[in-house]
Amino acid sequence: MKRLILTLLLLLPVILSSCAPLDLNAPIPVFETGVDPNTWVKIPAGEFFSGQYDEIQTTDAYEMMVTDVTTLQYAAFLNEALAAGSIKILEDQVTGYYPGDEFHGVKHEERIDAGDYVFIPLNDPSQRIEFDGAQFTVQAGYENHPMTMVSWFGAWGYCGFYGYRLPTELEWEKAARGTDNRPFPWGDEILRENANFYASRDPFENMKTFGSRTSPVGFYNGNTYDGYVTLDSASIYGLYDMAGNVWQWTGNVYEGMHLRFMRGGSKDTYDMDLRIWVRNNATPTYFSPGVGFRCSRDNP
Amino acid sequence: MRFIKERLIYLFTSTKGLILVAIAMIAMETAVWGMLSGPMAEMGVREIVIRLFGMDMLQAEREGRIIILYHSIAMAVVAIETYMITSILKMKPYYKVTINALITVGYIVTMIFGMGFAYFGHNWAFHGVYIFGLSIIFLAGVVLVIALWPWNKEYYQTDKTYARTKKGVDIERVAFFATGLTTLISALFGAVPGSFLGNGFQIFLAENIIRFPEKTTMQYSIIGHLHIMLALIAIMITLIIGRWLNFKGILHKIAMPLMILGTIVLNLGVWGVATPLEPIAHQIIYTGATPSMVAALLLLIWSWAKLIREGTALIEKPKFGQKVAALVRDPLKFGPTWQMLYMNFTTSFLGIFMAIRLDEIFRVWPAREERIELTGHWHALSAIIATIILLYYGDIIGLKGKIRQLYGWGIIFFSDLALAGVTIFEMKRLFISEAEQQPLVNILMYAIDIGLGSLLILLAIVMVWRLSDLFKKKGRWTEEKDQELTSEVAK
Repeated sequence: MKRLILTLLLLLPVILSSCAPLDLNAPIPVFETGVDPNTWVKIPAGEFFSGQYDEIQTTDAYEMMVTDVTTLQYAAFLNEALAAGSIKILEDQVTGYYPGDEFHGVKHEERIDAGDYVFIPLNDPSQRIEFDGAQFTVQAGYENHPMTMVSWFGAWGYCGFYGYRLPTELEWEKAARGTDNRPFPWGDEILRENANFYASRDPFENMKTFGSRTSPVGFYNGNTYDGYVTLDSASIYGLYDMAGNVWQWTGNVYEGMHLRFMRGGSKDTYDMDLRIWVRNNATPTYFSPGVGFRCSRDNP
Repeated sequence: MRFIKERLIYLFTSTKGLILVAIAMIAMETAVWGMLSGPMAEMGVREIVIRLFGMDMLQAEREGRIIILYHSIAMAVVAIETYMITSILKMKPYYKVTINALITVGYIVTMIFGMGFAYFGHNWAFHGVYIFGLSIIFLAGVVLVIALWPWNKEYYQTDKTYARTKKGVDIERVAFFATGLTTLISALFGAVPGSFLGNGFQIFLAENIIRFPEKTTMQYSIIGHLHIMLALIAIMITLIIGRWLNFKGILHKIAMPLMILGTIVLNLGVWGVATPLEPIAHQIIYTGATPSMVAALLLLIWSWAKLIREGTALIEKPKFGQKVAALVRDPLKFGPTWQMLYMNFTTSFLGIFMAIRLDEIFRVWPAREERIELTGHWHALSAIIATIILLYYGDIIGLKGKIRQLYGWGIIFFSDLALAGVTIFEMKRLFISEAEQQPLVNILMYAIDIGLGSLLILLAIVMVWRLSDLFKKKGRWTEEKDQELTSEVAK
């Protein structure tokens, strides 16, 4: 018994070392990926294999953003939307109007009435967008990172403001997968150099302190960053970050459910959640450092 | 040749040998497949194991692989419980031999060919043999239920200190019978949709569909199946532990009818999930779970009182400290019921707490957080059942003195450490944000890894000892080959 106690005492420093103070604003490596987040990719109409068991589905032609919406893009939207009176600042939150969903009274369904809903929180330590009372700016180093800490309403509001929309789950899936039945946007297997996922040992994470952090959009494009080699992990249509980095809100509103669905896995999940068919969902007011979005639009 | 023959006779015909083989099989499978996930995957061990064993791991087949893995381990656990039942209850030798032979072939075939199919290429002949193994186990269950038939006068209880009817029907045996019978019916709730959904790979994990408002009957059936099977394994080990400790007296007379009532109502509720009764199924389940848990509580009260009484028999007026010392003096006798109590903190209370705060948790948290809680709570329950079996096994192999203390307390301490870590991990979103959680997660992972790792090392030591014992001419195995658990029931 004494030996057991001694062993546990020896392990104590290891355990206590995990209690180091957490700095959520610790310096982050800054890399330019060369991928322009303002570009769009055309996805052709036609059939594709959907889901884990390759169910054949069809979409019309549409376009999707080549990367997730960045913090810089979202800050620009907030400034424009504030000037246009489309959003409000309420109790440390940016809010915007949503016309509401039809309520069906299904078990566990929550009512989403017309009204103002949170787009982003402003007082959260994980929020990378700052507001000085007049202007929205981005915390230095995070300009080309995906916009996170954004609710489904905030993602819906961004896309709608510019005449775009959130992709449906099927659109998202086809853009990630193409027309074969690959599990990951780049192919059949996943390596640490393919994507930002939990404990993937990328330059942005430190599992002893703050854990995993987002990587700049388009980071996994085959470039080498300060000796860190990435694999080109674009989807067959050329979209980046369709697996890992951040979960991406999708646009479907399902009958009898207030929950909204996310795709793609994130920096906080194991590789299994990065498989194309994996779904996550949350209430539309949910925001997190691991959830972002991108928009789609009908083929012009 | 004789050397091998004697050992094989011990390992495959004696109760203690059969239990040893099943534990060893589970230990080996856990050791290898435990390296494919969690921290081992993070450290890169997973890739080494996959290459070393030449595993074939297609991404789309992960859920199917996991289901076969769970089943192969569960079948070995069911086999262990069956060996215990056939050895600790009165039964015709013909039935005992038949049941043990069927279930042994069944679980070994299930394990080897199931895992062979799931992880080493898809040889469909292997899949067929895997299904054959499961079918033999089912057949063993049918024979077990027949053998347990409590209305056979041969098995009537003559001792009035045990639960019995006026005519003498052994109510405890009825509880074993009811649990066995409902286990067979509940197995069908998995077998039917399993067959319907095809080849074992076009399948889903229940935690991934739990939030969908519309589910098919087959999906409901699988959700019900996985819940009830684990509950029934837990109920059966509670009955076995009660028999081993020689549960009797007034509390036994109250507990056994409650156990029967709870088991039947619980099953009806879970079966109801796949029927039009679904909207009220949870109420029926709660109604059934309550008497079952009260019965387990009565076993705990009785066994703790007995431990204290026996441990303080020589003290005229024992003080509180002396009573506590008496209670915990034998970790193998104290441990199983302690683990049952501990289960409430890691599983039952947690489930109730989550249900009460539904509006703050499941309707708000992302599905992934709910999935962590769901998988965490049934992993915890499975682990607790495993530790109860291991504690009983420590007594079965006759551990004494310091080794008994170290083994018993080692299992209790390390498993409870890991389970406490898992419980806090499941609940962490209630008190810490995602951005700030990593240091806490690290501490919890240390607790979980140290706990589970030490537990596995402890088990490995016992297995190596038992293996080396087999090489001795007059090892412990020679004593064990004719011993039955019924002769080791507490006085």
